[in-house]
Amino acid sequence: MYTSQIINHTADVGFTIEAATVNELFEGAAILTFEVMTDLKKIKPISIKTVEIESETIEKLLFDFIDELIFLKDAEYMLFSEFHIEVTEQKKGKATLKAELVGEEINPKKHELKVDVKAVTLHHFYLKKEQGKYKASIILDI
Amino acid sequence: MSLYGFPIGGVAAFDLKEGVISPGGIGFDINCGMRLLKTDLTIKEVQPKIKELVHELFKLVPAGVGCKSNIRLEKKEFKEMTETGVQWAVEKGMAWKQDLERIEDHGKLPFADASKISERAIQRGFNQVGTLGSGNHYLEVQINHASDIFNKEVAKKIGIHSDKQVLIMVHCGSRGVGHQIATDYLKEFDTAMQKHNIHILDRELSCAPFNSEEGQNYYKAMACAANMAYANRQVITHRIREAFQKVFKQSPEKMGMELIMDNTHNLARKFKYKENNKVKEVLVHLKGATRSLGPDHEDVLPFYKKTGSMIVIGGSMESGSYLFSGTKKAEEETFATTAHGAGRTMSRTQAKREIRGDQLQKDLEKKGIYIKAVSMSGLAEEAGRAYKDIDMIAQSLEETELSRRIVKLRPIGNIKG
Repeated sequence: MYTSQIINHTADVGFTIEAATVNELFEGAAILTFEVMTDLKKIKPISIKTVEIESETIEKLLFDFIDELIFLKDAEYMLFSEFHIEVTEQKKGKATLKAELVGEEINPKKHELKVDVKAVTLHHFYLKKEQGKYKASIILDI
Repeated sequence: MSLYGFPIGGVAAFDLKEGVISPGGIGFDINCGMRLLKTDLTIKEVQPKIKELVHELFKLVPAGVGCKSNIRLEKKEFKEMTETGVQWAVEKGMAWKQDLERIEDHGKLPFADASKISERAIQRGFNQVGTLGSGNHYLEVQINHASDIFNKEVAKKIGIHSDKQVLIMVHCGSRGVGHQIATDYLKEFDTAMQKHNIHILDRELSCAPFNSEEGQNYYKAMACAANMAYANRQVITHRIREAFQKVFKQSPEKMGMELIMDNTHNLARKFKYKENNKVKEVLVHLKGATRSLGPDHEDVLPFYKKTGSMIVIGGSMESGSYLFSGTKKAEEETFATTAHGAGRTMSRTQAKREIRGDQLQKDLEKKGIYIKAVSMSGLAEEAGRAYKDIDMIAQSLEETELSRRIVKLRPIGNIKG
């Protein structure tokens, strides 16, 4: 479970997220990213894509994960609606993610396409642990 | 809420020897720009067929989230194209020779180096040549009323000569390849800043010294995205000519479908700036800003030497847009830059809350603007009410002498992602 709030931005779209676990936070970030582009209810769980990412910090890992989702939308024409994520914070200087992304290829006749996400930005970008909860802020360039 | 790294409409100039280059100061959509094409047709001939025309354009120019090109390109050829720009389209028979004379940089930044762009960037973009994208990108059929001509002499020179003449405007950029190049270097600079001892308040401002290896690599990669964007708008131009040919059953040459101009509004450019009678070379970051060069400036395309550079400033799909020419005043006061668009007054969330896309589409059709869009919510976000008054912006640019109005263009048909 995660909770989120929209950041009201004039030209772009952003949100803050809170979750009890880091996996849930990453899942929330993925759902919110794809909700900008489509109606997730219409994306059927037809194919599974497995991704593995390694970054220096857990915060960079979140940035790289969203970048990967945006990349797959353009490079493989995929929209995902289900996310099974396992984030591991390893020794200093290393964080890894294994994820199963479930969704289907973009079909303009079937899917409601909204606005394209061009990139994840570093503007006000953070991921932190505060009072036992994981919190993040993400602004997407559209 | 503070502004987003560099604001849209932001211009920053840094010393070429000691200054920096910042991907955030250029934007993710590298060489997002405007293109204007004329026809010798008038509304009398086009209005009865506007629906057919808009549908044909919609079919030939893919738009929206995840849209694919209708040109099959190998990655190797795409990579080469990022170094050759519109020249690639000339060789493919998708450009007229004279098109090159009207495009900024003649459609090619020569310092592009495709070895500086990632495999991911190529993978993301190689299948998107000739696509519009989404958001505020559009292809619009417009008319010019005789009463909307502000500078008859220049208008005539560029081929705008009759009342209710039909023109076509395109707004789009480098698509996924540009977005990925910007992301890749934003990440690299975020780390490299420590090495260069640079400290900033917002990481979206990440930068590297222009003369560092990282800085030069990004500059060359940026040029690749810019060349793709020029080629992208050229392929779209080719499709527009095809659509008109199909609908009006005449050759594009016979319909006078000449390119008037193509300008970028997301790029970094070198500029010689005069300060206290000394010439200083700077790197001007344009993020949602257009170059405004007065007559006779060395960087103005030869065809526009006497008029100054050509500038399109987009309004909204309801209010129309303006064509301007550049000025000496802008060279002196704003590092040769001017505005690029009306600018939003309403956030996308607010626009969607207040406006329904399907209703807007019907209302505009009654006003004589026929729209076809992939996304109805996306359409609502681009409503005229969500933008500032373009006429006021045009007037203030005229009064401040940052650019000079040539004509106002009003929409009659529009396709959107």
